[in-house]
Amino acid sequence: MKKTVLHSNHLKLGAKMVEYAGFEMPIQYTSIKEEHFAVREAAGVFDVSHMGEIHVIGKEATDFMDKVFTNQVRAMTANQVMYGFLLYDHGGVVDDLLVYKVNDEYYLLVVNASNTDKDFAWLKKQNHFDVDVLNQSSGYAEIALQGPKAEAMLQTHTAYDLSKLTFFTFDEVTLDEMTFLVSRTGYTGEDGFEIYGEHHDIKTLFQHLLIDHEDLKPCGLGARDTLRFEVALPLYGHEIDQDITPLEAGYKFAVDMDKPDFIGKEALVKQKEAGLKRRLVGLEILSKGIVREGAEVYKDDEKIGYVTTGYMSPSLNKAVALALIDKPHDKRGNNVQVKVRKRFLDANIVKKKLYNKS
Amino acid sequence: MKFPKELRYTETHEWVKVDKGVAYIGITDFAQHSLGEIVFVELPEVDDELAQNEEFATIESVKAASDLNAPISGLVVEINEDLEDSPELLNENPYDNWIVKVEIEKESELESLLDSDAYKKLTEEE
Repeated sequence: MKKTVLHSNHLKLGAKMVEYAGFEMPIQYTSIKEEHFAVREAAGVFDVSHMGEIHVIGKEATDFMDKVFTNQVRAMTANQVMYGFLLYDHGGVVDDLLVYKVNDEYYLLVVNASNTDKDFAWLKKQNHFDVDVLNQSSGYAEIALQGPKAEAMLQTHTAYDLSKLTFFTFDEVTLDEMTFLVSRTGYTGEDGFEIYGEHHDIKTLFQHLLIDHEDLKPCGLGARDTLRFEVALPLYGHEIDQDITPLEAGYKFAVDMDKPDFIGKEALVKQKEAGLKRRLVGLEILSKGIVREGAEVYKDDEKIGYVTTGYMSPSLNKAVALALIDKPHDKRGNNVQVKVRKRFLDANIVKKKLYNKS
Repeated sequence: MKFPKELRYTETHEWVKVDKGVAYIGITDFAQHSLGEIVFVELPEVDDELAQNEEFATIESVKAASDLNAPISGLVVEINEDLEDSPELLNENPYDNWIVKVEIEKESELESLLDSDAYKKLTEEE
């Protein structure tokens, strides 16, 4: 099993470790709920060094990215970050990713750990352009600093004015005399930063952050999942996968249907014309109990879909879920039943963004 | 971690306390610790028949659902309804907060359970 450069830090901090995407990663240090609330109310730091980093470099880098990526690459300016998808011809998702534009001839793609090898192979297969596609994942370590106090905390480590680093932009930033790529992005629904660097610099920074900021909590994959779930950010293999299109999952904001071409566009156009058959929605569970991924959803006796992620939401303190529901049963307020073991739990269809910051 | 001497244990981390033909069943300190924060307990109903080693209740932590196995067979005579609204009691005090009370059907089944030393040893190996 692979280990990140922070592995020994996790053990020292008493983390419970699990296998995730071929890496031994912390699932929690103290408790998922405590870590979840640290991020909602103060700040948390996550080891996300398992994520994949792929470089696309060359004269035709922008043309290549425009072809493989669903979002508006040509509208990007240098130092901008954009979220979107790589799609198969049939419209299913290869992966969801962040694209960092360094310049017209240089892009950094940050992809899911579980998909890095698959994405790299797929990108190379599409490469009929004057570009090099390079898997640089092993050269990067990455941490995410997330929460309302993230900016104030990070500001104490740099002369760079972080208030000028706006949402979905990045820059080279010197922190504690080391150089990092810092973007104002995240996967929690809170303000925060994702910080990429050389392995030992990331280790040093991680240690400095935890020493200097008493109210900063190290957070594991458990809280990462509850946080992203509450704000309806998709996780590959759950809300999106090779058999679910971004339109069905409701992430069309990251798909530019107006650009001339991208791989998978034709399938999405057809799907749109024929009308979507199902849609990702939120479920509020009315009966006592918790519904989990895979639970079947019924309307009367008809099976109308399944749960993609479900939790007792820490922020809402109630059981909620995301589910893919067949039309026309996907309407807000519709009452449905979720099968959990031998019982059927009552649920209402709600907005998929389950948590809104007040 | 606590392993009270007067209790009997299963390899699947339930405890049993016998009192006048009735068995109190709960989960161990080790179990609550490995599950993390317990957010829901799905209880059986009074008059349900438990069968030894078969699933009789489900405990949900933040991350996942885990089934509880019946240490012995018997009729459920009482369930701990406090757990419906306060599942965290199992984290706070797993040995005072029993989950079900069961009428013991076969005394012989009690012999298959572990004593506290044997159970403690088992948890050290996990």
